[in-house]
Amino acid sequence: MNRTVDRLWSLFFLMVPVLGVGVFVWAMADIYPMQGHWLPENVDEQGGIIDGLFLFILALTGIIFVGTGVALFVFLWRYAASVRSESVAYTHGSHTLEVVWSIIPAATLLFIAIYQMNAWADAKLRRPSVVIDGKREPRPPIAEVTGRQFEWRIRYAGADGAVGTKDDLFTVNELRLPANEEIVLSIKTEDVLHSFFLPNLRIKQDVVPGMKQLVWFRPTRTGSYDIVCAELCGWGHYKMRGRLELMTREAFDAWYRVEFAQQETSSFEPPAAE
Amino acid sequence: MSSIAVDAPGDRRAGDSAPTFGQFVSTYVFSKDHKIIGLQFLFSTLIWFLIGGLLALGIRWQLAYPWSTMPVLGPLLFSEEGGQISPEFYTTLFTMHATVMIFFVIIPILAGAFGNYLIPLMIGADDMAFPTLNMLSYWFMWPAFVLISASFFTPPYGAGAGWTSYPTLASIPQASPGSFHAQTLWLMGITFVGVSSMMGSVNYLTTIIQMRAPGMTMFRLPLTIWGMFITAILQAFALPVLTAAGFMQLTDRLFGTGFFTPEHWVVNNGVPVSGGGQTLLWQHLFWFYSHPAVYIMILPAMGMVSDMLACFARKPIFGYKPMVYSISGIAGLGFIVWGHHMFVSGMNPILGMTFMVSTMMIALPSAVKVFNWLGTLWGGRIRFTTPMLFALSFVSMFVIGGLSGIFMAATPVDMFIHDTYFIVAHFHYVLFGGTAMAVFGAVYFWFPKMFGRMMNEPLGKLHFVLTFIFLNGTFYTMHILGAVGFPRRLADPYPYQTFEHLRPMNVFMTWCAIGMVTTQVLFVVNFFVSIFAGPRVGRNPWGANSLEWMAPSPPGHGNFDFQPIVYRGPYEYGSPEVDTDNYPQTQPPPSGGSSDERRSH
Ligand code: HEM
Ligand SMILES: [Cu+2]
Ligand SMILES: [Cu+2]
Repeated sequence: MNRTVDRLWSLFFLMVPVLGVGVFVWAMADIYPMQGHWLPENVDEQGGIIDGLFLFILALTGIIFVGTGVALFVFLWRYAASVRSESVAYTHGSHTLEVVWSIIPAATLLFIAIYQMNAWADAKLRRPSVVIDGKREPRPPIAEVTGRQFEWRIRYAGADGAVGTKDDLFTVNELRLPANEEIVLSIKTEDVLHSFFLPNLRIKQDVVPGMKQLVWFRPTRTGSYDIVCAELCGWGHYKMRGRLELMTREAFDAWYRVEFAQQETSSFEPPAAE
Repeated sequence: MSSIAVDAPGDRRAGDSAPTFGQFVSTYVFSKDHKIIGLQFLFSTLIWFLIGGLLALGIRWQLAYPWSTMPVLGPLLFSEEGGQISPEFYTTLFTMHATVMIFFVIIPILAGAFGNYLIPLMIGADDMAFPTLNMLSYWFMWPAFVLISASFFTPPYGAGAGWTSYPTLASIPQASPGSFHAQTLWLMGITFVGVSSMMGSVNYLTTIIQMRAPGMTMFRLPLTIWGMFITAILQAFALPVLTAAGFMQLTDRLFGTGFFTPEHWVVNNGVPVSGGGQTLLWQHLFWFYSHPAVYIMILPAMGMVSDMLACFARKPIFGYKPMVYSISGIAGLGFIVWGHHMFVSGMNPILGMTFMVSTMMIALPSAVKVFNWLGTLWGGRIRFTTPMLFALSFVSMFVIGGLSGIFMAATPVDMFIHDTYFIVAHFHYVLFGGTAMAVFGAVYFWFPKMFGRMMNEPLGKLHFVLTFIFLNGTFYTMHILGAVGFPRRLADPYPYQTFEHLRPMNVFMTWCAIGMVTTQVLFVVNFFVSIFAGPRVGRNPWGANSLEWMAPSPPGHGNFDFQPIVYRGPYEYGSPEVDTDNYPQTQPPPSGGSSDERRSH
């Protein structure tokens, strides 16, 4: 009786690694009812690297998760009081083991740390460049995105390549960009913290009062995607939703011309540039 | 030679003599006895635990059935809106849930309740070093209770800037008009919690350093005490920073000092703030406290789990010293990793790399602890008591929380999962799966000492099984949501194309959460019925070794009815020196001398 109960407890704890791995596999395999319960479609060149890192860490941590979970189960199964008649292993530890299980995780963790630095540098430090008059220059932002309670205001640089000039185009919550090009955006806020989150491009950057930030990416296909605000910005945080339209260069240029012409003929008064 | 008897009062149970009102007040209300103060903390925090849980159900209801009338709780809490949760109120709900759980439950239940109750008993002292300060540390929680509750009920909505209270949303009143006074009250409340913790930590440090019984060297302390000791150090060094930052935000709100606001900043057509400050400064100061605070919220639990595991595996703890060093290592590293909360905040990306490396390294001592717990179980004779089941689940759940930390420590991956449900999964695994489960275990474990009676075992096991299942149903699924990028703190994420199909899973999680909160009724019933009707026990019902089990159950004023003298560490289970499988710290060795010295290792 006691023995059975103890066995059941061991099996109860075995369920942790079994179901734990099961749920992830289930979600990754896209099976009912968990279709689409995994990394959303990736449409960025660097995004694949980030996904790869995620999966790499998942595999590594998965091994440790299963290893510790199974070890826990085996120990509970074998050393339950009801199944053991001999006395306990009277030991206070082992130097060798301590050294082994310090050095192996330390090396692994250090490896992960170094392994992913390059992706981080690509995302945050290595701004794309352009060649202007034979000189390599940092690529200027194609548009400036301003977060405010509770919308995204977008201001395209226009033909002169500078934001804050007469030929700027204004939109709200609608960011259209050409695909298959290096894109640089300048992002900022007008009031409180927001976070410019493009789930499908694996991009997230908080916008901070008093600071200007740049994000860059290279969309790999056309389509329509979400812009999410990922930093609490007040009661309307949940509805601070924008759309990202990735289009071909031709379609983008055509759209831009039409929009800009409309803006010129309307009585729209551009907000003062600072 | 056996223990020396000293004349301390033994058991003093209610009903021995009818106390006058004045006696009652000084014994049970403004008591300076660490045990009473510990119990006061325990009862207060358990009540707040319930409140925090109900707040969580509000959040969960909204995520499962957005903008619908919440049954039972809805009409009670927000009748004006017809029982619906408004977007403003949703921000208040998650702000209050986190505030209550962190500042009124986890921190005070570990340090305040168990720290107070156990430290003097486990080190063989008659009380804390500064009993009056100790009493004050409890009573300083009350202004905090009142202020935070007031903030919750201040119309139109309570504080809604999250427990992290980031400027400029939190520091400029016009930025969230709905929490005008509430946010100010919230800040004042948190300050009182800080003062209370500070008084506690000074007391714990002094007591542990100065008042250990003869023979109780630092390396003979139970790991619970090590956890409390290091926690007290963390609090003493980190809290002043939070307090200072809190005052700065308070003056920003009240006098427009602009510590956290840039030059000429105007929000919502409010008055321009002359500014000259830095928004990110708050995040640095806040996390400089709050990262160490996450260890304040787990180190004592790790210690208590170690004690329970050794006791019910009937085996010495595996690697006592590595355990002590890893607790200390976590504490030390804990001061240089705060930037991992700010990878995408706009902080210098190169600084981010530095914080990434230190964060990776802090997973190491955590891993060492897990391996040593497993080593403790290896070759033992494991008894599946209720406290043991909770302690085992701590290990199993902490592994999940620790491993998810590695994803977020990898900066490029964090770019995607920061502020998503992946983070929410992470901290619920360490804080609920870890600390809260350890606390349940600790209540079952030390209850006989506190009240002289046992809690009901079958009911305890049922409580364990249901809590464990529902906990994983609620929180494990959050990893999956996080992988989709599902953002936290969003009142209604479903209009987003990326997240519109995730509601069924949220419904599942909500019902698991409701099950989890409901299950706690078993615990409450078991707890209160056992206080009065549980089977009476002697001093040492679990056959444990540490000093508190040598005192009467419950211990009288002054704790011990003899002068404890310590001969060895607290984990000598199954020692070949004696025939019994436990070997109390106070039991003189058969051949004289101390058993420590003959250790092989
Ligand atoms: C194995 C060691 C751990 C690592 C590597 C780790 C790493 C991290 C990282 C990188 C974040 C920030 C994620 C983000 O916001 O993007 C984080 C958040 C958090 N961690 Fe951990 N963590 C560890 C252990 C713990 C423990 C033991 C606790 C508590 C007992 C804890 C509690 C928290 C909390 C509460 C947050 C979220 C705070 C918030 O944003 O509201 N962590 N952790
Ligand atoms: Cu927002
Ligand atoms: Cu942290």
